[in-house]
Amino acid sequence: MPIAKSLRTIGHRVINAVWRIGFAARFFVMTLFYSGTSFRRFRLIVKEMFSSGVMSLIIILVAGMFVGMVLGLQGYETLKRYGSESALGSLVALSLVRELGPVLAALLFASRAGSAMTAEIGLMKATEQIAAMEMMAVNPVARVVAPRFWAGVISMPLLAAMFSAMGVFGGYVVGVVVIGVDEGSFWSQMQSSVDFQHDVLNGVIKSLVFGLAVTAIALFEGYDAPPTAEGVSGATTRTVVESSLAILMLDFILTAFMFQGA
Amino acid sequence: MSSQSLVEIRDVNFAYDNRPVLKGINMSFNKGKVIAIMGGSGCGKTTLFRLIGGALKPTKGEITIDGQVMHELDQQGLYEMRRKMGVLFQFGALFTDMSVFDNVAFQMREHTDLPEEVIHDLVMMKLHAVGLRGTHNLMPAELSGGMARRVALARTVALDPMLILYDEPFAGLDPISLSVVGQLLRKLNDALGATSVVVTHDVQESLKIVDYIYFVSDGVIVAEGTPDEIRASGKSFVHQFVHGEMDGPVPFHFPGGDYRQDLGVSA
Amino acid sequence: MERTTLDLWVGAFVVAGIGALVVLALKVGNLSTYNVSESYQLQAHFTNVGGLKPTASVRSAGVLVGRVTNIVLDTNLYEARVTMSIDKRYQFPTDTFANILTSGLLGEQYIGLMPGGDDKMLQNGDEFKKTQSAIVLEDLIGKFFTSSVDAK
Repeated sequence: MPIAKSLRTIGHRVINAVWRIGFAARFFVMTLFYSGTSFRRFRLIVKEMFSSGVMSLIIILVAGMFVGMVLGLQGYETLKRYGSESALGSLVALSLVRELGPVLAALLFASRAGSAMTAEIGLMKATEQIAAMEMMAVNPVARVVAPRFWAGVISMPLLAAMFSAMGVFGGYVVGVVVIGVDEGSFWSQMQSSVDFQHDVLNGVIKSLVFGLAVTAIALFEGYDAPPTAEGVSGATTRTVVESSLAILMLDFILTAFMFQGA
Repeated sequence: MSSQSLVEIRDVNFAYDNRPVLKGINMSFNKGKVIAIMGGSGCGKTTLFRLIGGALKPTKGEITIDGQVMHELDQQGLYEMRRKMGVLFQFGALFTDMSVFDNVAFQMREHTDLPEEVIHDLVMMKLHAVGLRGTHNLMPAELSGGMARRVALARTVALDPMLILYDEPFAGLDPISLSVVGQLLRKLNDALGATSVVVTHDVQESLKIVDYIYFVSDGVIVAEGTPDEIRASGKSFVHQFVHGEMDGPVPFHFPGGDYRQDLGVSA
Repeated sequence: MERTTLDLWVGAFVVAGIGALVVLALKVGNLSTYNVSESYQLQAHFTNVGGLKPTASVRSAGVLVGRVTNIVLDTNLYEARVTMSIDKRYQFPTDTFANILTSGLLGEQYIGLMPGGDDKMLQNGDEFKKTQSAIVLEDLIGKFFTSSVDAK
């Protein structure tokens, strides 16, 4: 009997998970389908860009600066052994532009803006604001979800670019100003190794994909949250966990596609 | 009668996953009236409410509003119909990320092309009607419960609806706010010439302001009538409900096994 | 229309983000020395490309003149066919040498162009006739050993 019971529980969970994935997919398609309103009334997106983009600025800039400084220190220590300190610029810039910028900015974005989005929408649902909107003949997906989605997708690459730029500056401060690597070779090595199309644009594409994934997960979790205090807090946690995993997995896939030839 | 009625509910049944909630409900709401639907917790009031709003479809039977059968409407038609309805949710459901002004202006901005100056005047008039013109710059979090309910009321009637639905408008209010909301509800209904449906379990307040009352218990209508008829009613259920008695047709004890057996002292 | 402070913040945010992208493109990346639209394609066959990769630089007299766009194995000759895109501003005679060189002992590999004296210039789609393959360290060491054995 206990075997039958646990089998039934497992089966139930699997069916539930598949159900959720189906609902998530439909939710995502609906979000895209009802995006027209947000672009006709761009102010809706601007307002959400304030709460997701601008509010994440400080954490992104400070974190970028410190990551760049650590890269400068560690990179110098390692490169010194091979006598190629002059390559510090390209090491800092390549690791930031290709990987650390998009990935770390997205992880910070998920925990700063993604969780806030989930909590906000979950609470709107719990306090019947979503239902009220529906009864006012306003589609909540068009009015609440889609503007947040596009605000996230637009903000993410900008934040990642700022993270990388700030990181390069941090690397410059530690490498050139503090340690004393030659400034000319720092920049020239960087420029000769970082390719605009191959590195910078691919980094932007990565952060676009991450932004899309994080906001889609955050909005879905908020919309799907049980309308109770526990439900919303659980959904917020799930947003951070799921989007962090999604970022790292997508990063692997994208890296495999983008940089396999070189 | 039918020419005068705005909402017709005919033989409506509803079940959640084979668990029947409503069993053969018949109601008719006349134009210009305030109607109360009452009953104990969990009697299917809120379900009925969602059925009228078109958020749920009846398993059997039909609901007609202004001559149109609700469950036959498509998304577009349903939205058209909802524009003529106002709904006040249990705790107001004000949009927490907008100011009081923007909350009341919400539907005007979404559904009309009125210039901002006109919207401003309209919002001020609606807020004045509920006595809260001075709060237009505040956020919902800065309002007391009773004030939030009144702002929600102003938002509900923003587009002068023909049918207003109230879900527990009195829940969680102090006695003063409660009677303020009650009076406002009645006054707004008469001023707009609308029809109001109030789902509530606050008997005393409802008896003061409504024109007609339906009592629902276990998914069926057990009593109906004007406030005077209800007060005079000899039915034991109504008597228990109106006077708030502990035991009666609605039992205090949930059906269980033998008490002595549960305590392990059975002979 | 109210709340101009919000617009100001979002505007500043967008400007800063685009500014960061421009910095990455110009200061960090090589967009300043990159001209996608005005270039022409040249080809070269090598018996061995060694560690040459797409996007490797093409230099003449140390100046960056283009990039390697594609490397495939030509199955008619069993040689590597390298396609590179060269900046339109630079023209090379038909008898130009294309060599695979290494920057430093362990550095990146690139293609070095040594112009000849011909009057005719290479056009889009043309091929370098004279090439020299990459120097593979193992071959070099192997040659060194065989020659020293022979000398005994």
